[in-house]
Amino acid sequence: MIKTLIKCVRDAKLTAILTPIFVLAESLIEVSIPTVMADLIDNGITVGNMDNVLKYGVILIIQTLGALFFGATAGYTASRASSRFARNLRQDMYYNIQQYSFSNIDKFSPASLVTRLTTDVQRVQMAFQMITRISFRAPAMLIFAFIFAFRTDHKLSTVFLCAIPFLAIVLAIIMKLAFPMFEKTFTAYDDLNEVVEENVHGIRVVKSFVQEKHEINKFTGVSDRIYKLFSKAEKIVAFNSPAMQISVYFCVIVISWFGAHLIVESGNVDGMGLTTGGLMSLFTYTMQILMSLMMLSMIFVMMTMSKASADRVVEVLNEKSDINDGERNLTEVKDGSVEFKNVSFKYFKSAESNALDHIDLKINSGETIGVIGGTGSSKSTLVSMIPRLYDVSEGAVLVGGEDVRDYNIEALRNNVAMVLQKNVLFSGSIYDNIRWGDEHATDEEVRHVCKLACADDFIQTFPDKYDTHIEQGGTNVSGGQKQRLCIARALLKKPKILILDDSTSAVDTKTDAMIRKAFREEIPNTTKIIIAQRVSSVCDADKIIILDNGKIVDFGNHDELYANSDIYREIYDSQTKGAEEDE
Amino acid sequence: MSDNIRESKQPSKMPGKPPRGARVSMKFDRKTIKRMLSYMKPFTPQLILVLICILVTSGASVASSVFLKTLIDDFIMPLVENSKNGITPDYSGLFGALAGMAALFLAGAVSSLFYSRIMATVSQGVLKRIRDEMFSHMQSLPINYFDTHTHGDIMSFYTNDADAMQQMLSQSIPQVLSSGITIVAVFCSMLSLSVWLTLTVVVFLIGILAITAKIAGKSGKYFMAQQHSTADLNGYIEEMINGQRVVKIFCHEEKAKEAFDGKNSDLCENICKANAYANILMPINNCLGYFLYVVLAIIGGTLAINDVPNVACFAVNVLTLGSIASFLQLSRSFIGPIGQVSQQLNAVAMAMAGAERIFTLLDEQPETDDGYVTLVNAKRGEDGELVETEERTGLWAWKHPHTADGSVTYTELKGNVVLDDVDFGYVPEKIVLHNIDIYAEPGQKVAFVGATGAGKTTITNLINRFYDIADGKIRYDGININKIKKDDLRRSLGVVLQDVNLFTGTVMDNLRYGKPSATDEECIAAAKLANADGFIRMLPDGYNTVLTGGGSGLSQGQRQLISIARAAVADPPVMILDEATSSIDTRTEAIVQAGMDALMKGRTVFVIAHRLSTVKNSDVIMVLEQGRIIERGSHEKLISEKGQYYRLYTGAFELE
Repeated sequence: MIKTLIKCVRDAKLTAILTPIFVLAESLIEVSIPTVMADLIDNGITVGNMDNVLKYGVILIIQTLGALFFGATAGYTASRASSRFARNLRQDMYYNIQQYSFSNIDKFSPASLVTRLTTDVQRVQMAFQMITRISFRAPAMLIFAFIFAFRTDHKLSTVFLCAIPFLAIVLAIIMKLAFPMFEKTFTAYDDLNEVVEENVHGIRVVKSFVQEKHEINKFTGVSDRIYKLFSKAEKIVAFNSPAMQISVYFCVIVISWFGAHLIVESGNVDGMGLTTGGLMSLFTYTMQILMSLMMLSMIFVMMTMSKASADRVVEVLNEKSDINDGERNLTEVKDGSVEFKNVSFKYFKSAESNALDHIDLKINSGETIGVIGGTGSSKSTLVSMIPRLYDVSEGAVLVGGEDVRDYNIEALRNNVAMVLQKNVLFSGSIYDNIRWGDEHATDEEVRHVCKLACADDFIQTFPDKYDTHIEQGGTNVSGGQKQRLCIARALLKKPKILILDDSTSAVDTKTDAMIRKAFREEIPNTTKIIIAQRVSSVCDADKIIILDNGKIVDFGNHDELYANSDIYREIYDSQTKGAEEDE
Repeated sequence: MSDNIRESKQPSKMPGKPPRGARVSMKFDRKTIKRMLSYMKPFTPQLILVLICILVTSGASVASSVFLKTLIDDFIMPLVENSKNGITPDYSGLFGALAGMAALFLAGAVSSLFYSRIMATVSQGVLKRIRDEMFSHMQSLPINYFDTHTHGDIMSFYTNDADAMQQMLSQSIPQVLSSGITIVAVFCSMLSLSVWLTLTVVVFLIGILAITAKIAGKSGKYFMAQQHSTADLNGYIEEMINGQRVVKIFCHEEKAKEAFDGKNSDLCENICKANAYANILMPINNCLGYFLYVVLAIIGGTLAINDVPNVACFAVNVLTLGSIASFLQLSRSFIGPIGQVSQQLNAVAMAMAGAERIFTLLDEQPETDDGYVTLVNAKRGEDGELVETEERTGLWAWKHPHTADGSVTYTELKGNVVLDDVDFGYVPEKIVLHNIDIYAEPGQKVAFVGATGAGKTTITNLINRFYDIADGKIRYDGININKIKKDDLRRSLGVVLQDVNLFTGTVMDNLRYGKPSATDEECIAAAKLANADGFIRMLPDGYNTVLTGGGSGLSQGQRQLISIARAAVADPPVMILDEATSSIDTRTEAIVQAGMDALMKGRTVFVIAHRLSTVKNSDVIMVLEQGRIIERGSHEKLISEKGQYYRLYTGAFELE
């Protein structure tokens, strides 16, 4: 895991290395300050020597400025390093996601990818900053302060040998008890978010069934669980600060008592033993030592908490795309012919049954092919083999006479345009959206494809016409309008093969027919593969594929199928009988 | 020495996503603060206790600083003098003093434990109250609210905004309180030692505050910029990831990277600057603290050496060595808490912004319901009159109290729905439905046909009062629906929507969603009716299979079947089927059809479907175009009229 993450340090390397150095310098200076403060008191104030007060004052100010310089620089380099590191992480993750194949995408839900790229990266960034800054500062302060305290008075410093283990053990116990509680709280948070999300999405159902009270009870149950867990965990953590205080006060009292004896022995003369100045600096070291210990425990908690996030980030980074450009890297697709040679496919290696089962199929360039079949008969799976969204498990898919695995992926997909069933428009104008198909297309070309997809009519009714802004996800156009825009977008690619995966389901029959008519007349040489629920959308195709359970059960034109295929006849009759009776 | 004893911030437990589109302002609205405090009101006794505990803890920490003076001046120096004069030092006085301090320290530590633990309960309790209130208020909001706010924005109330408040309640408030008390206590102690030196401190303090304010302001500015670019980048990532499949199909990867890089670098810059300013605040505060130390030592030393009369709060005396040493130590205790308070500024600002957003949600107007006609179980009295009853009879009646004479009438629930010249617009300026007249007799099947956006779904949303009509009247069994209590109205209407929302829980839980009292047998019967029984039994645990993520493991068609069964379990007299079978292929639909027919029997049904085969056997078909009913009648009638319906129905063939 660390290895993968370290790769993302890159341009943050220099600052990431400088930060601990500056931090060490800062803590070294900061630890030496109390001794100078002691000198100032002992040799200046106590003996009424203003020259010494000024001398040590100047030294102190120089030290302070040094500490400020290193501290501020470390603060800057740390934030520079961590922000760059986070940027690199996001970039690498995002770039890697762009390489993902469809089966990679299937593995992660979009919501989880978004969280990983945002919240998780942020946590890792915080941890990174901690590592470069505090995780060096705390132990350094601890060790330096202990050494200086020991130099001031080694006998008194033994008190730390009691206080440090005591505090360390107490903190460790607190962490051990509280941590599982926090983990449980996080799961409870997930549950809470789930309830909210379900309700926000399903508010119409909730209201229709008048289940508001039921949902409120559900929510209150989860929020109650969070309340109990979280306050319990916090109550355990509440022992932190008294444990710290008791250790500090213990040291203060012990040092005061024995310190008083020692000062009396030395006569409060510098060089003879402990002095009042030395006593004061010992008090300061007490704080420094125990604070550092506290910091260490905090770092430990933060690191453990961010580990889960780091794991999730690394998962995204290490996911390798299983679909890459073919070795032959063919960039030209000869024609729109498609051939399936004994193709079998399953989504997971462990899946018991094939999603596609020994498919043999030949489609000539320029033909219009209809695909129908029941829900779950693998219609979408069949066509997604053509632009190589998935790789076959067995057999081969040929486009333009060549195996799809031999093509350059971009070249292949530019020639095989697919309009997805669950399609997405992006925020931006209609022009912007259609130009996804070809960014250099002229306004004329855009309008032309929109006319072909029967989208021009409704676009003209918008006040801003083609400059109309589409909201994220295309929420401000209706389902049917969205589908037509998506078809236009695909047409702009001028593909050799055009695949419509149930892409006119929300378009009325009349418009649907007009779109198909336009296809016939305007792009006769493009192979058109149309998946549809409506038999009317496919019955005028050159050939129709009937799929059932991942197998092609019938393949032929309307007349042949109507005569020979029971399934086809059944579907056709169920959808059209009324019309014919009336005619 | 208690310099920064409370710097030991607990790690923030919910680092959380930064609020999307956050407006972090450093200005605190009085009203927001007041309102936030009102949530803490029920915890007043606990909070008073917390305040007392904080007083004790801070007192102990201040005492530890002042104790240094006592230790040096009253004990060590006389002892040193004594020992120099050959008198055996007597440590018993010191022992007593130390014992007293130990007791005080212990009290401080115990109080600190107490207040942290009480605060844990209080802060989580306040949060729970706010969360619960948010959720139940959200449930009462009209559909329109959900139309006009993105899901992400609503979600962030519960995550980011609540987290920010949590951070403030459990960390910032105690921190600021105890720092404040410490500052005041230390200030008083300083005054009691020397007014001159205290004045020096005050002058310095003004300088420190000015610098802190400047840096905090800068940090805040970049912090806001950071929130802004975070929201920007998050939005972009969300959009692209959701459209990842389309990106792949259009080979748009490189383009998608370009825009990302720009936003990513922006964010990086802003995070860097915001953090850098926050990071240097502490070293600067430290540095200024030491500066103060030196200045005080010099001034104090000069005063002491020149025997300048010292003015203290209580007496005029000479500055002793102990006083100066003690004052120096106090100055450290004074600077520490100021630094800590300034560190909390960002957290407080974020919490206030979060609170403000949460309060806007809470201030949203809930759905109004002036209905007073309720739905009750009824039975026939001896003379055939309807009588209200407790038991479930299967016979329902509208209970209609008349305010005029105090009488109550009962009308049998039949499912007669009349829309009389209804106009409607989502916004008053833009009417989308015009002069809609519909008469649905009990048991009739009424279908709506028309292009997308013609207003089919909108009509059904008016019947269950998701939206209120602008003009005209809707009557249900002769009662104006505005008079019917919304809950009762909706309970009498079953809805099956195109986008199925299932809830986390077992299949069985989902089936009985609309009627929690339904038995397993009723649910299974309904599933059989909808032809869902078969695939449900194929699921790993059958009816007890737990569905997660809105039933993401099921196909759209399967979810629609469950949704149909769910409506069947609820068994309402009126059903609205909005594209209920759109994702079910026609073959399965034909199989489900029998069940659907059984389901629709004896009920008033409103059907919306693209597939004309689905609506053909309706009693009345309404053809809608741009919010108006342009044709109405049975299938046969409409076909014979050769109008729009005829063209739609035969559209595909006409073009041949």
